[in-house]
Amino acid sequence: MNLGRRRFRDRVMAALVVLGTLVVLVPLFFILFYVFAEGLGALNWAFFTQGPRPPGEAGGGMLPAIVGTFVVDLIALVLAAVLGLAAGILLAEYPEHPLNPPLRLVADVMAGLPAILMGLVAFVLVVKPLGHFSGLSGSVALALIMIPIIVRATEGVLKLIPWELREAGLALGLPRWRVVLSLVLPAARGGILTGLMLALARGAGEAAPLLFTAFGNPYLTTNPLEPMDTLPLKIFVYAVSPYEDWHRQAWGAALLLALLIMAASYLARRYAGGRR
Amino acid sequence: MNPSVRMETRDLSVYYGKKPGVKEITLPIYDRQITALIGPSGCGKTTFLRALNRMHDLNPVVRVEGEVLLDGKNIYDPDVDPVVVRRRVGMVFQRPTPFPTMSIFDNVVAGLKLVGERDRKRLRQVAEEALKAAALWDEVKDRLFSPAAGLSGGQQQRLSIARALAVEPEVLLMDEPTSALDPASTQAIEDLLASLKERVTIVIVTHNMQQAARVSDHTAFFLDGSLIEFDRTEKIFTNPKDPRTEAYITGRFG
Repeated sequence: MNLGRRRFRDRVMAALVVLGTLVVLVPLFFILFYVFAEGLGALNWAFFTQGPRPPGEAGGGMLPAIVGTFVVDLIALVLAAVLGLAAGILLAEYPEHPLNPPLRLVADVMAGLPAILMGLVAFVLVVKPLGHFSGLSGSVALALIMIPIIVRATEGVLKLIPWELREAGLALGLPRWRVVLSLVLPAARGGILTGLMLALARGAGEAAPLLFTAFGNPYLTTNPLEPMDTLPLKIFVYAVSPYEDWHRQAWGAALLLALLIMAASYLARRYAGGRR
Repeated sequence: MNPSVRMETRDLSVYYGKKPGVKEITLPIYDRQITALIGPSGCGKTTFLRALNRMHDLNPVVRVEGEVLLDGKNIYDPDVDPVVVRRRVGMVFQRPTPFPTMSIFDNVVAGLKLVGERDRKRLRQVAEEALKAAALWDEVKDRLFSPAAGLSGGQQQRLSIARALAVEPEVLLMDEPTSALDPASTQAIEDLLASLKERVTIVIVTHNMQQAARVSDHTAFFLDGSLIEFDRTEKIFTNPKDPRTEAYITGRFG
């Protein structure tokens, strides 16, 4: 085959790859653009400082849902991080441990379960025993969604750390847990943080598992034992309502949620990247 | 001169699954002497070395048989803690392994700091002594708190040696410590070995026969997982008993 034809083929292939990338990116940009265009108008002072008005009445804001999102997501992230990191570390650092095969199975099954089922589990585990809906039960539901993501990310990142690093630590007479804690985890910090942010982004966008756990609450509260509102719940409720102003506010809430998640992952990356 | 035996292996075999890596090695390691392990690639010298401080423990497919005596006590006895063994028998690896997230100073004192030594003055003193012993002090004394990853390969290897020395091991195992280094760095590390042997017993695996001849007091020649010959280094290199040893050191194979 002559050189000209090879070069031609190379160009065609490269063009196809670029085209494929654009086809994927265009809808993504369109979504972001649309959310910005529709949502930006809803973001005013009242949106951030007031609670919702009664149905049909224009005005009011998202304050309870914004506060609730922070509370519910933060508790969920802490719960999921503790359990997910522990499981990920066990899988990667103690591959011979007898708990690993069942652990891996559970993590894989959890990753494939629909989010609404996690809400059901949290309903049975938390709402039933407490006797009422609560932000905490919503956190448990979201944590169940986040855990398998964190387990997989943590295991994957830890396995990328060269084995020699562990041996170097062991050869100094350090116990194994100390090697993991002080040498391996710091080396994997950036990747682990990225995994946590990925899990947060996934959990923070869920409405379905919160419908019968966090439930929603038109009044401002910071007590996770009371029912709480979150942005995805509000988006769901407002989007299916018949009121024009609520639709507008749902777009605003969607925009705010997207911005919050983008900000969280940006900050985490910057923070992790600066010290690597 | 009649040096005392510090470590000793008796019928030591290491299996990878069913396949033996080394077979029934019986070898003395003399106190504050340098013992070189030589032989062609895949002859089991590294496998043997790693059995001396229980580095095989973490690999579930590896099985160790026989005894490794340290001051007369078998380190594979069930009542022996491998962590204590590795504290007494340190190791330097083929490739430099600085801890990437730590400063030069923290690297050197990692073996002390991470087990709870908090006394800054003591750490500082240990770091200085270890870095001097590893012939690195003059090059890094003005940047002790900059990242270890910024050092050159030869400096990183001497840092690894300093780190191993900081916990004051009785025996230091070195697995081809200069094979990834340029000649100048190799020279620096070889010079270092001569001064180190006043305080620590050294076992060094090397691919480089001239290196073994230059630095060691005793030499063990391995072939296909077996110990072919062990003797004083000048004996091995001038008048070997086994024809296979002679063939190897004269460069006929390997």
